[in-house]
Amino acid sequence: MNQVSQTESTSAAPGGMTVSDTDVAIDVVGMHKWYGDFHVLRDIDLRVMRGERIVIAGPSGSGKSTLIRCINRLEEHQQGQIIVNGTELTNDLKRIDEVRREVGMVFQHFNLFPHLTILQNLTLAPIWVRGVPKAEAEDMAMHYLERVKIPEQAMKFPGQLSGGQQQRVAIARSLCMQPKIMLFDEPTSALDPEMVKEVLEVMISLAQEGMTMICVTHEMGFARQVANRVIFMDQGQIIEQNEPEAFFSNPQHERTKLFLSQILH
Amino acid sequence: MAVQGNLRTAPPRTSFFNDPVVRGIIYQVVVAAIVIGFFAWIIVNTAQNLAAQNKSTGFDFLFRTAGFNISFTLIPFDRSSYYWEAFLVGLLNTLLVAVIGIFFATILGFVLGIARLSSNWLISRFATVYVETIRNIPLLLQLFFWYFAVLKAMPAVRDSISLPMGIYINQRGLFVPKPVPDDQFVWVYAAVVLALVLCFALSRWAKRRLETTGKRFPVLLSSIGLFLVVVAVGFVLSGASVSFDMPELQRFNFRGGLELPPEFVALVFGLTIYTAAFIAENVRGGIQAVSHGQTEAAQSLGLKEGDRLRLVIVPQAMRVIIPPLTSQYLNLTKNSSLGAAIGYPELVNVFTGTTLNQTGKAIEVIAMTMAVYLTFSLLTSAFMNWYNGRVALVER
Amino acid sequence: MSIAFVRTDMAPSQSPPTRSSGLVGWARKNLFATPVDTIFTIIGVLFLIWAVPPIYGFIFPTSLGGNAVAPGGTVEQCRVENAGACWAYIAARFNFFIYGFYPISEYWRPNIVFAMGAVLIVPLLWPAIPYKGINALLFFVVFPVVSFYLLNGGVFGLKPVPTEQWGGLMVTLIISLVGIICSIPIGILLALGRQSDLPIIKTLCVMFIELWRAVPLITVLFMASIMLPLFMPQGMTVDKLLRALVGVTLFASAYLAEVVRGGLQALPRGQYEAGASLGLSYWKRMFFIILPQALKHVIPGIVNNFISLFKDTSLVSIVGIFDLLNTVQAASSDIDWASPTQAVTGYLFAAFVFWIFCFAMSRYSLFMERRLNTGHKR
Ligand SMILES: Nc1ncnc2c1ncn2[C@@H]1O[C@H](COP(=O)(O)OP(=O)(O)OP(=O)(O)O)[C@@H](O)[C@H]1O
Ligand SMILES: [Mg+2]
Repeated sequence: MNQVSQTESTSAAPGGMTVSDTDVAIDVVGMHKWYGDFHVLRDIDLRVMRGERIVIAGPSGSGKSTLIRCINRLEEHQQGQIIVNGTELTNDLKRIDEVRREVGMVFQHFNLFPHLTILQNLTLAPIWVRGVPKAEAEDMAMHYLERVKIPEQAMKFPGQLSGGQQQRVAIARSLCMQPKIMLFDEPTSALDPEMVKEVLEVMISLAQEGMTMICVTHEMGFARQVANRVIFMDQGQIIEQNEPEAFFSNPQHERTKLFLSQILH
Repeated sequence: MAVQGNLRTAPPRTSFFNDPVVRGIIYQVVVAAIVIGFFAWIIVNTAQNLAAQNKSTGFDFLFRTAGFNISFTLIPFDRSSYYWEAFLVGLLNTLLVAVIGIFFATILGFVLGIARLSSNWLISRFATVYVETIRNIPLLLQLFFWYFAVLKAMPAVRDSISLPMGIYINQRGLFVPKPVPDDQFVWVYAAVVLALVLCFALSRWAKRRLETTGKRFPVLLSSIGLFLVVVAVGFVLSGASVSFDMPELQRFNFRGGLELPPEFVALVFGLTIYTAAFIAENVRGGIQAVSHGQTEAAQSLGLKEGDRLRLVIVPQAMRVIIPPLTSQYLNLTKNSSLGAAIGYPELVNVFTGTTLNQTGKAIEVIAMTMAVYLTFSLLTSAFMNWYNGRVALVER
Repeated sequence: MSIAFVRTDMAPSQSPPTRSSGLVGWARKNLFATPVDTIFTIIGVLFLIWAVPPIYGFIFPTSLGGNAVAPGGTVEQCRVENAGACWAYIAARFNFFIYGFYPISEYWRPNIVFAMGAVLIVPLLWPAIPYKGINALLFFVVFPVVSFYLLNGGVFGLKPVPTEQWGGLMVTLIISLVGIICSIPIGILLALGRQSDLPIIKTLCVMFIELWRAVPLITVLFMASIMLPLFMPQGMTVDKLLRALVGVTLFASAYLAEVVRGGLQALPRGQYEAGASLGLSYWKRMFFIILPQALKHVIPGIVNNFISLFKDTSLVSIVGIFDLLNTVQAASSDIDWASPTQAVTGYLFAAFVFWIFCFAMSRYSLFMERRLNTGHKR
């Protein structure tokens, strides 16, 4: 294991590899973000390759959610660049829409639309954003509902489903837009343990199919099993990143060690 | 305890007065007796009082001639009309003000409610100041202000303030041009109906097309265009013309045009402004009740702002807004009774005021007035029950 | 190739780029975020420029750069063309607006009542001050009785002052306070009755509540002022103010009952069951367990109700009682002070008084709501 320490100014793609642009899914360069006067993200450099699966961990308030929310512009950054699928995020609404079409997001609290049935939740965006005919959208929705193993719930309303089922619907809803990248913000932390498993299974199968994923989670088993890279954040900066094995067995930074000792009891 | 034998004996008889059923019955009998007694006492007293004053009871007075005039009526009414017609005039005037007030208050209220949530600091501040000022001042005071301080302080007829489009305002009210359609105008009405049908068909077609091919069609814009074109074509082809009866200043007053008395204008104004403040709060509450997560989920799916509002936010907000909105409509209708204080001839003024004074039939008149408002209220709650049942979010 | 990376020196917290902080950043974000926003801001500013100077000029006296006539001015000054509000007129008739026709020599009596009310109500509303029970007893029972004898006179050698002479803000406060004080117990009973399992009691309560909530207050007042004398035994007269009070109380208790019912329904079933399992009788259960919790939760609702009631008292002017609005209305035809701005000035004054009371109460209700919400969480 060849450990590279970089100062902030020279940090670039991990390991300084040279790659063609088409292989890069997300490129974050020297990005800063403030909430008012609070410097919440500091000098973030992150390059995600196609098919890469990244797990972000870190203590509460370290800026994990903020980072991935910047990637589909739910939050605006003030300095540096974020390039998603070759499109740089700026104030341009058209670019933002372009990026959001290609990036799916799964929230901690599901955020299903309570006034629509499960099927309508799934077909809404394909119909109104992609212009898919209704019948086709419904076929696709049923396909993804089968993938997340709840086709029988299609006609129910979100309020009638369990948390685990709702989260699986939320994943299916994102998949219906056939995104190239999926972002997960603590998708299992609002769930009971047995529901965590059913959601993780779906995420693992997605990973195995080669979906590009960025996942904020404290499910370290999941990280070991599917991640290519684990990123540790604290105080709005990336403190350490490594392959899962090395990250868990041989953490380098004091902060990482402390965090791991707490989380792995 | 020692006395085990007791366990085996028959259950003790409940004392008569400790049986909850019996107690319940006793309570109710006592309350009912008190209430009935109270009413009996009132009825006896009233009968004696009426007898002493040589007054009779009954609704036959409704079929006597009223002998008074009403300044503003929707149906023909004069001194020789009956009291029941006066009742009808009052009722219609109440409804007229209510409908117009509701229309404007809804528009103003929604605009203000949305403005309060605007990200533009100045706009949201304006809306806040409006709401906090208006809803903390009694409506009657506001009506007095509009009527006595604003409209009655307008210049005399001779010096009427002339507004654009032939509108005049003076002490006697608002004078607006009155459109007078000619006979050919039925064709224009027909064209309007046709245009509406076509717009409806267009929206159906657009929906079908979206569902089958996934292509969107700008329904709203094209409907407006279609409507205007069809109506214009109907207007030109039929050769219809509409003339305007313009208000004209004669020696002492305006002739022609549509005269809106100051009482009416002040009441509509006051009710609109007052109720809009409350509606604004409902609208704001309804929109805020939709969690921010819903907007974010819709954003992350790539829905554009317009679609986001139309498909996700508004349908959820409306569920929260409509029930309190209906009760604001009911409040506005009830508040229109304050028109009596500025002389607008609505139900309370014409009936509980003039009719009661002339006939002395206090009980009948007040009972009829209350029955009207009770009917409004029951209709409103029937609607709300139906609506709540229909839109309730399905929960586990 | 490796992806491993460890940060050696932490990035310091920097201040945000000027674009996003400070006054400029604030304006950019809150006033000029989009072209549409900019247009709205410009329209808003133009509106302010158009509206504020005339309003300022109307309200503020010459010493502050306005056109209004300060208290102490003369009616001639108010009659000058373009003169602003005639505050001199308000000052001259101030006592009338506050006390109505109450004899001047006896003003000390309402003044004592005002002072007593203030001294009792402040600690009642302040959550941190103890002895709420005794305070409430003083305010809700002792204070009204003492005030009545003090204002009405006829005892202890006080000169009798019939209610026809009461008026102004004093009457507005009396009607709204009596309305709320009387309607609280009635409203609670009605709310309990509406929740009851006993069909007759429930029906009667529902009918009472729904009837008064359905009709406008003005018809209730008409009813009280015209029909109440008919209902009484022959020869018995009912004071005009008392009639209005009866009407207002009936009306207010129906609304209060619905507020209390909300509180009763919000309590978890477990509280009712726990009370029953302790073997408490119905009334004990209600008084020691249910009502204290339910009422605490509906304090904001009761205050909001009181705000509506306070505004609604202005309707008693229609049945000929000289409340604040009616005194202002009556004074506006006072020839001695006739001027173009006389009526407007009167309405502005009354509006301001009502506004101060209502706004303060609505803030209090908000404050209690927040307090109760946070007190609830663990
Ligand atoms: N809208 C906001 N305005 C101001 N500060 C915010 C806002 N959102 C988040 N913050 C602050 O930014 C910091 C980072 O928040 P973020 O939600 O990204 O943390 P996180 O790492 O996701 O934490 P958690 O594990 O608890 O979800 C926190 O200190 C938070 O208080
Ligand atoms: Mg988070």
